[in-house]
Amino acid sequence: MNGVHDLGGTDGLGRVEVPGKEPVFRADWEKAAFAMFSMCSRAGFFGVDEFRYGIEQMHPAVYLLSPYYEHWVHTVEHYGEKNGVLDLDELDRRTQYFLEHPDAPLPHRDDPDLVAFVEGLVPAGAPAGRESDRPPRFKVGDKVTVQADSPLGHTRRARYIRGHTGEVVLAHGTFIYPDSAGNGGGDAPEHVYTVKFTGQELWGPEADPNEVVYFDVWEPYIDPAVTAGAPA
Amino acid sequence: MSVHVRTQEEIAARVKALESILIEKGIMTTAAVDRLAEIYENEVGPQLGAKVVARAWADPDFKQRLLANASKACAEFGIGGLQGEDMVVVENTADVHNVIVCTLCSCYPWPVLGLPPNWYKEPAYRSRIVRQPRKVLREDFGYDLPDSIEVRVWDSSSEMRYWVLPMRPEETDGLSEPDLAALVTRDSMIGVGPAKPPTSAPAS
Repeated sequence: MNGVHDLGGTDGLGRVEVPGKEPVFRADWEKAAFAMFSMCSRAGFFGVDEFRYGIEQMHPAVYLLSPYYEHWVHTVEHYGEKNGVLDLDELDRRTQYFLEHPDAPLPHRDDPDLVAFVEGLVPAGAPAGRESDRPPRFKVGDKVTVQADSPLGHTRRARYIRGHTGEVVLAHGTFIYPDSAGNGGGDAPEHVYTVKFTGQELWGPEADPNEVVYFDVWEPYIDPAVTAGAPA
Repeated sequence: MSVHVRTQEEIAARVKALESILIEKGIMTTAAVDRLAEIYENEVGPQLGAKVVARAWADPDFKQRLLANASKACAEFGIGGLQGEDMVVVENTADVHNVIVCTLCSCYPWPVLGLPPNWYKEPAYRSRIVRQPRKVLREDFGYDLPDSIEVRVWDSSSEMRYWVLPMRPEETDGLSEPDLAALVTRDSMIGVGPAKPPTSAPAS
C-alpha cells in the first residue's frame, strides 16, 4: 500500500534528533508493548509481515506523531480484534479504569512455559528463509527494473525504487514472500536479491554526489531492465 | 478511524488494559515481559557487535569469514538469533562508507546491536538518509565525508540484516581485542560515525 510508513525520500520531516544517551525502554509500557510482538506471534496473531501490515494501517497522522512502540500496540489491537481475542469496548473500559487508577495492579498468572519460550526465542530466532526448488530468474550482474505499479495490500516494494533500474549485486536464496504472507496468504517463497541503485537514478541531478542505495527485492518485484528500447 | 494522538499517560493506560486482557487470555505474563526486557537491557546489545568487530580487526581470517557469512561467523561467539537470522556485514574502507537504515519500518540487527535507538525508527532518519546521506551525516551526526568516498546506504527491506564493519582507527597496533572492542561504538556499526580513536580507550 502507498502508506505514510513508506518514508524513503520523503522531504520536510526535519532533522534527526539524536539524544546523547537514552534507556533501551523509556517507560514501562514500552517493555510490555515490545513483548506483545513475540507473545502474540506465539499465540497466532500474526507473522512478522502481517504485523507490519497492521502498523501500516494506522492513521497516517498518528503514525508520524506517536512514539514508536505505540505502533506495535496498534497492530496487536488490529489482529486481536480480527481474531476475536479482543473486544474493543472492553479494552476501552479497562483503559479508562487504568487512566483513573494508573497504579492498579495487573492480574497475576504464572506460566513458566512463556518465560522458557522467551529464553529460547532470542537465541534461536525465527528464520524467514524457506526452501524452494525454483531456479533463480536473475543472477549477480543483471540489470533489472522495479515494477512501477501500486499494490493495495502489504508490500516491501517501496515507492522510491519503483520504476527504477539497478544492478543485482547479491543473491540470497528463497524467503517468505511478504506480498503473500503479509496479506494473509501462505509463505509462497521467492528469491531475494540486493539491487544497487545510483543516487542519480533514484533522485536525479539533485542527488548527493557519489551515493548508491542498496535495496532488497523479491523476484516478482523486478523485470529485466529495458535499455535503449530493447530488453537487456 | 480516530486521529487522536495519545499522551504518555493515555498510552500507558491503554497498554496496561491490553496487557491485562492478554494475561487473562493466557497469552502474556508479567514475568515473561520482564525477562524479555531484561535480555535487551542487559544482555544483548552493541557490546556483542563490538566483540565481533574487534576480532575482525585482529584476525584477517575471521574477517574473511565475517564478510562471507556474518551469521555463521557470529555463531563462533554464540552470537545470533532473533532479527539476525541472516546477517550481512559490509566493510568500510578508505574509499567506501556504508550506513544502514530501514525506510519501511525499523529492521535492525538485534543480536549484535540490541534494540535500535529511537532516532533510527523515527521518520526524519528513515526519510532522509537515503535521499541526502552526506547532509544527514554531516549536519545531524557531525560526520563529514569527502565527496571522494562513496556512500553506500543499505535499506533493510528484506529479512537480511545489514551492519557495518567500521575502519580500524590509526595507531591501534598493540591493542588487545578487549581494548579494540572498547573503540567500537553502536553508531560506528550503524554507519553514522567512525570508531573512537585509541586515546579515548581505557588503558590496558
